[in-house]
Amino acid sequence: MRKIEPILAILVAAAMIVAAIAAPWLRFVLTIALAKGIAVMGILLLLRAGQVSFGHALYIAFGAYTVAFLAPRFGDAMILLPLAALGAGVLGLLIGLFVTRYRQIFFGMLNLAMAMVFYSLLEKLYAITKGSDGIRVEIMPIAGQALERVTYEWTIFGIALGLAFVLGFLLRLYLASPMGEALAGIKTRETRLEFMGVPARGVLLSAYVMSAVLGGIGGALIAMTSRHVTPLLSYWTSSGELVFIAILGGAGGVLGPFLGAAAYELVRVYAAASFADAWQMILGSVLLLVILFAPGGLWGMAARAIGGRGR
Amino acid sequence: MAEWFQDNGLLLGLALLDGLSSAGLIFLVAVGLNLVFGVLRIVNVAHGSLYAIGAYAAASIGIFLAGLGLPDWASIPTLVLSAALVGAILGPLIERFLLRRIYAQEEVVQLLVTFALFMILEDVQKLIWGVQPIHHDTAMKYLGTIDVPFGADFIPFTNYQLFVLPGFAVVTLAGLAWFLRRTLTGRVIVAVTTDREAATAMGIDAAKVFLLTFTFGAMLAALGGALSSPTAALVPGIGAQTIVLSFAVVATAGLGQIEGAALTSLMMGLGRSVAVYFEPELEVVVPYIIMVLVLLVRPQGLFGVIETRRV
Repeated sequence: MRKIEPILAILVAAAMIVAAIAAPWLRFVLTIALAKGIAVMGILLLLRAGQVSFGHALYIAFGAYTVAFLAPRFGDAMILLPLAALGAGVLGLLIGLFVTRYRQIFFGMLNLAMAMVFYSLLEKLYAITKGSDGIRVEIMPIAGQALERVTYEWTIFGIALGLAFVLGFLLRLYLASPMGEALAGIKTRETRLEFMGVPARGVLLSAYVMSAVLGGIGGALIAMTSRHVTPLLSYWTSSGELVFIAILGGAGGVLGPFLGAAAYELVRVYAAASFADAWQMILGSVLLLVILFAPGGLWGMAARAIGGRGR
Repeated sequence: MAEWFQDNGLLLGLALLDGLSSAGLIFLVAVGLNLVFGVLRIVNVAHGSLYAIGAYAAASIGIFLAGLGLPDWASIPTLVLSAALVGAILGPLIERFLLRRIYAQEEVVQLLVTFALFMILEDVQKLIWGVQPIHHDTAMKYLGTIDVPFGADFIPFTNYQLFVLPGFAVVTLAGLAWFLRRTLTGRVIVAVTTDREAATAMGIDAAKVFLLTFTFGAMLAALGGALSSPTAALVPGIGAQTIVLSFAVVATAGLGQIEGAALTSLMMGLGRSVAVYFEPELEVVVPYIIMVLVLLVRPQGLFGVIETRRV
């Protein structure tokens, strides 16, 4: 299964490009899906260690607001993306130093707390953040080129797809490395890991910082695509959504987050269009069905269909 | 300092009274969540939905019965009975048909199942009760107000918020402490909380204990909602707000600790209402600051027990 993963990834990417050409509105949905998929790779990293963060929307919101704040000053996507990633990484290091001392529910809830604090700051500091109205992000030049709307959207889509490939590849290398294997050891039995001389907290902290960076990149791409940021990006239901996508896609491979994110966004758009009052109900039911009847997620389903194993 | 009190004394008094009544509500919801977590080891995100449904059901049953000519004094027992009804119907339904299927699953999957349930119930509320605010405050009006002496001044405050809400919390705390420590059923619950495997090996029917505890927890959530319904208009989203606060209480208090939940609710209720009157921007942040400070000093929670690390 691992061997055909790159081929599958290329097929999925090709399908996304075809879909984006066929229907312009799908381009928007799929760009958001790619951005969320990048962020969900961070959740996957922590899930590997058996830890659930119920607050990673914090890093998405941080990345998105970084773009919104700095766009008027350094109005170029090629500068803003690294800045958002770097900022989220630093924030992730600061918070990570604290939260990686905790496990299980405490880890989850402390992350939730951090995200909620950020949410209320965004909402209450109206003078700086414009509160729940949010901030509009204008179309910005990319690598010095001023673009008109359609070209701009295509370029962001291309950047998101390229980043998804590169970051997915790096994540795969990392998970197969000794560091990545140690991460899985935290889930199995952390004490034994320490007996072997592996600093478990350091391993988890590095994974946490990486997940924050991934969240920041995802958030920056979301801000550039939707061109409007609101505090809701950091609300706890948005964090839940990320874990939702991780499980929907399946925690087996790096393709899972992207399959999950695409499926999630498509179901959400269709449900919101056809049943405006009940889209959450439909998403919730989909999630329940997946958990009860397809425990490996979409990736696991795909793996079984091809005849290999999910992992 | 003395001058400050002269200027802000009344405000502080009002904040303390307000905090007391909101602490009572927080406690009712959080202690149910804590109890369920202690026994089932599931963080029930849908606990917030049960709170919201309890509130909505109590308001509509109250309005319905008032239309039939129910005397005003009966509106308080009606609140309690509606909550019991909601808990007794939804509790067993959720435990039997949903949670029972996932006890053997990973923690993250369990969390997500309740998250999915939360999403579904959120729309169910909108479909049944609509999105317009619902208000029914007969119970609060019936009891009237009292002038609380504070220094040289008097603070007018509703009897309902001053006596009924904290009263219910105190009775629940005392009743729970007695039930868990002095009755056989209660001690069985404590046994399962402490060591599920050993308890089952002793012949305790864990399935029955789970069902009982979950139903009881659901009733407490619904009771919190029902008792809150006369004090404020009901709008969509109250479930989401309540549950994050309860998470903070549970993590701060220590898992499965009822006295801890009471003390934490009091701290957070008072802290929050003092913030409302003096630094409104901080209102939502205060509970999380308390949580972070407590966990910095006591990583297992205020009253939590350190678990032995398995090798």
